[in-house]
Amino acid sequence: MTQATMTAACPECDAPVELTRHPLNGQIANCTQCSAELEVTNTAPITFELAPEVEEDWGE
Amino acid sequence: MRIAMTYTRLRTEERMLLDAFENIGVDATPVDIRKTVFDPMDQGEWSAYDAVIDRSLSLTNTLNSVRILEGYGIRCINPLSAIETCSDKLATTIALINADVPTPRVRVATNAQSGLQAVEQLGYPAVIKPTVGSWGRLVARMNDQDAAEAILEHRETLGSASQNVFYIQEHIDKPGRDIRIFVVGGQPIAAIARSSAHWVTNTARGATAQGIELTDELRDLSIRAAMATGADIAAVDLLECPSQGLLVNELNHSMEFRNSIETTGVNIAEHVARHAAEIAETHMATRTQSSAAQLVHEAIST
Repeated sequence: MTQATMTAACPECDAPVELTRHPLNGQIANCTQCSAELEVTNTAPITFELAPEVEEDWGE
Repeated sequence: MRIAMTYTRLRTEERMLLDAFENIGVDATPVDIRKTVFDPMDQGEWSAYDAVIDRSLSLTNTLNSVRILEGYGIRCINPLSAIETCSDKLATTIALINADVPTPRVRVATNAQSGLQAVEQLGYPAVIKPTVGSWGRLVARMNDQDAAEAILEHRETLGSASQNVFYIQEHIDKPGRDIRIFVVGGQPIAAIARSSAHWVTNTARGATAQGIELTDELRDLSIRAAMATGADIAAVDLLECPSQGLLVNELNHSMEFRNSIETTGVNIAEHVARHAAEIAETHMATRTQSSAAQLVHEAIST
């Protein structure tokens, strides 16, 4: 897989966010520039959206 | 054999589990529960799976999806009854009491006024917790009557209906840490101590994890606690009480373990994957036998 397919823009600050392994939908990444928590919503091409905020019933 | 892993977020744990399934040669399909429409009358593509391991972050999604999947006859890990018990602190307390597993004393009340009586029965300090909640959220220590009145009134006035269960636990003066035992298939596989300068020792609240020895007492208590809830896989949290000894505080049905692998040297993800595969294999064999028996019955009938 080429480097180009492993990087996509942060939806918050537009900085490039790189994934270190093959992406899967729902995977979480962090933008190193603005610290936004991102979720992979598409893998070809890679698309990020802001990850949902923690909800009351989330946990282990 | 095929396994589905339901999820809402693919965190490090879920990636580790998928890698572990791949490493042991098991076909495991991640299924985003947020994009799924269930038909309770028709299992459709779910019939392809011999077991489902639930890794949804949302308890609501977990309970609903596992309820439907078990309705299809699919073996879920953990089973619905175990999830219901582990996810509700009151249900956990009752299960532990019924199984004679030592656990902190608890009082339950329905409003702020009786809640204050409950606190005073236990003595100060006491701890109030939401019955459903995780990561140490909304857990509060009430050191005196002023604090208790304030917290109970706020909980009653501002909380949702679910926050109006006043689950109050005796405060255990633990030695700056609690203990977590990972139990897989009825066997304790690893133990960590979670240490913090704060009295709340969840790693989600900044506590650090360190591997510790699995003593016979830890093994015994964690096995009995997991058995009390019927969980295939659980993280059992224990408190070291200076006067009462080890007490089981709670169990987690969908445990996080990313920070515990390196410090314990135990590949927790692989243990979980192997156990899930064993369950799926057993269930697959049972389903095959049932199908064969049905065919024989039909042949005899015709």
